[in-house]
Amino acid sequence: MSQLSRKNGSGSEEATVFLNARLIDPATRKDEPGGLLVKDGVIADLGPHLRRNAPDRSKVVDCRGHVLCPGLIDMQVFTGEPGLEYRETLKTASHAAAAGGVTTIIVMPDTEPVIDQVALVDFIQRRARDNAVVNIHVMAAMTKGLKGQDMTEIGLLKRAGAIGFTNGKTSVANARVMRNVLLYAKDHGALISHHTEDPQLTEGSVMNAGEVATRLGLPGVHKAAETLVLERDVRLVEITGGRYHAATLSCAESLEVIRSAKQRQLPVTCGVSVNHLTLNENDIGSYRTFLRLKPPLRGEDDRRAMVRALAAGDIDVIVSSHDPQDADVKRHPFAEAADGAVGLETLLAAALRLYHNGEIGLMPLLEAMTINPARLLGLPSGRLEKGAPADLVLVDLGQPWVVDKARLKSRSKNSPFDESRMQGRVLTTMVAGNTVYQYAQA
Amino acid sequence: MTIHTAKGSFVRRHLLTCEDLSSAEITALLDLADKAADSNRQVIKKRDVLRGRTLINLFFEASTRTQSSFELAGKRLGADVMNMNVSTSSVQKGETLIDTAMTLNAMRPDILVVRHHAAGAVELLAQKVDCSVINAGDGAHQHPTQALLDALTIRRAKGRIAGLTVAICGDILHSRVARSNINVFNTLGARVRIVAPSTLLPSQAERLGAEVFTDMNAGLDGVDIVMMLRLQRERMQGSYVPSSREYYHFFGLDHEKLARAKPDALIMHPGPMNRGVEIASDIADHSRSVIRDQVEMGVAVRMAVLEAMARQLPNH
Repeated sequence: MSQLSRKNGSGSEEATVFLNARLIDPATRKDEPGGLLVKDGVIADLGPHLRRNAPDRSKVVDCRGHVLCPGLIDMQVFTGEPGLEYRETLKTASHAAAAGGVTTIIVMPDTEPVIDQVALVDFIQRRARDNAVVNIHVMAAMTKGLKGQDMTEIGLLKRAGAIGFTNGKTSVANARVMRNVLLYAKDHGALISHHTEDPQLTEGSVMNAGEVATRLGLPGVHKAAETLVLERDVRLVEITGGRYHAATLSCAESLEVIRSAKQRQLPVTCGVSVNHLTLNENDIGSYRTFLRLKPPLRGEDDRRAMVRALAAGDIDVIVSSHDPQDADVKRHPFAEAADGAVGLETLLAAALRLYHNGEIGLMPLLEAMTINPARLLGLPSGRLEKGAPADLVLVDLGQPWVVDKARLKSRSKNSPFDESRMQGRVLTTMVAGNTVYQYAQA
Repeated sequence: MTIHTAKGSFVRRHLLTCEDLSSAEITALLDLADKAADSNRQVIKKRDVLRGRTLINLFFEASTRTQSSFELAGKRLGADVMNMNVSTSSVQKGETLIDTAMTLNAMRPDILVVRHHAAGAVELLAQKVDCSVINAGDGAHQHPTQALLDALTIRRAKGRIAGLTVAICGDILHSRVARSNINVFNTLGARVRIVAPSTLLPSQAERLGAEVFTDMNAGLDGVDIVMMLRLQRERMQGSYVPSSREYYHFFGLDHEKLARAKPDALIMHPGPMNRGVEIASDIADHSRSVIRDQVEMGVAVRMAVLEAMARQLPNH
């Protein structure tokens, strides 16, 4: 169990009680009126008996019937620290997370330098401890320099606190390397989270292949580029027994592979970015580069398949895939712009669109952002349970708002949801008993 | 031709593998080697068992200790010994293995000692020549005299082999030493464990008759013998193992891991060692290290094999 970056604020001394809340705990699938007591940074008590009655000497928060649930855990967040701090630092990412109700972020190793050594994992942990307001864990590189050739010191990195291993935004093309990484990681019980896009097939493409790409005159890549890497990986999992997580899937065909792997009880899980659940290739419209993503947005059929798979439990995790890019690399013709979109602050609100549209229930939606990633990563958070860290979010499910990029806390403003109407607002975010975000009514 | 019919004598034309050696055959060779080891400690070490015979060391792969060990063994038994280092001669001129073998065969040697980088090459060669052939290592397949010398070293130190637990640790995947040792120890009634990261384990290794461990602390728990294997440098930079530092951390024999073995456990290594990679430098020189005894027993075992074979050589 790696070390959490706990805050040493003043709030942890005093007890806080949330009264009149709608408690939602995805771990137990409980959704009931009640209250919750926070003491010494952990959940000290919870339940219907605390709905109205505050224990003595505690700070009272009246939830007014709003949802109090575990803070979100976002398994895929890119920052610019170290090396590209002008895009995002651990500090700015943590404030963006707090504003979005995200209490734990897993940062990716795609930095300069790449996080592929013990000293760099240590660097991130220390910077996070000193500067960030939410929990930050590192997913370390599984190959040196993310080059897909030589495996990193998976055993020592895990001991240093790396929570998992990934090749970042790229797939390992060499099946032998992938096999050996899975095999070696298995010895250390390490999770391999892999981006699945065949690098050769994808080369030169900027969006999903199909009618939209053809009309726009943009080079597209067929979604099979994703599925064939996933199929290969699942075969490798079968022969190695390594724990494998497909980081962000985007099409129906990939889900078939996942279902079959799960039926065979292979240690395979998968994630999806909230973008691929709520947007499709048509949203690219007139070459909006903030919707240029990796993997690319697919058609509406695929988006709906992803939502159905999420509801069915075939998809385990929703991530923001927060990827800050500045104007320098985004204000270009679509084909020349960089991939990626910020998403920490809009993760929950965007996901709630699916709930408000009646596409999915609240419980499976929250599971995929709390208890599921917690279990995958071996974190004690993501649940409402006595003794669990008091990482909490209070949400007004109904409150409407409009995304304004000027008000985003992220250092980069490349949001695909800019000017979008949202329903569902984070009111309070608490990490280890400390309030790290409080919505100020305008 | 005289054939010894005494109980458990070694009656074979070639020594190619340990897979089919019986306990009686191994014991006979070890008994013979015991005597050779004693005679090697005398002032006059030379005998004439192989007088007039020709032994050719045919090494397709560079070797220092095995080749010199066989050379010395042959000379101490009175043979004429010739060393051929083929890796630098005929092969580069394009000659095939069979052609090289036939050429040497025409020189009428009595015993060929062969090492080759390809598994099965020595057996192929043995089918083509008229003399006796000893496998001095073929690829990742077999290295019979190494396993015999390891067994002799243990038997002399512990007085027995049956009932002992032996942990073979390191690059099992590429190791002929591991395969031969698993065969010999199993045949002699020892329990064998193999300890390695999964990337250095051959598939279905447990089917060879060994218990498989990927955690060295667990693998060394209560063992009588800790046998370390060499990890080649090119395999510790990310392909099979991330780095020599990480390998040493999890699979290098240090005091902490050694403490899991029995207090009187022996430390072995077939050499050459990478100090600080698979074995801590001071452990290589530990009082319980029998690594130098292994080298001494190497000569004795090879003399025993040559002597046993000499009895099978035609006398006309």
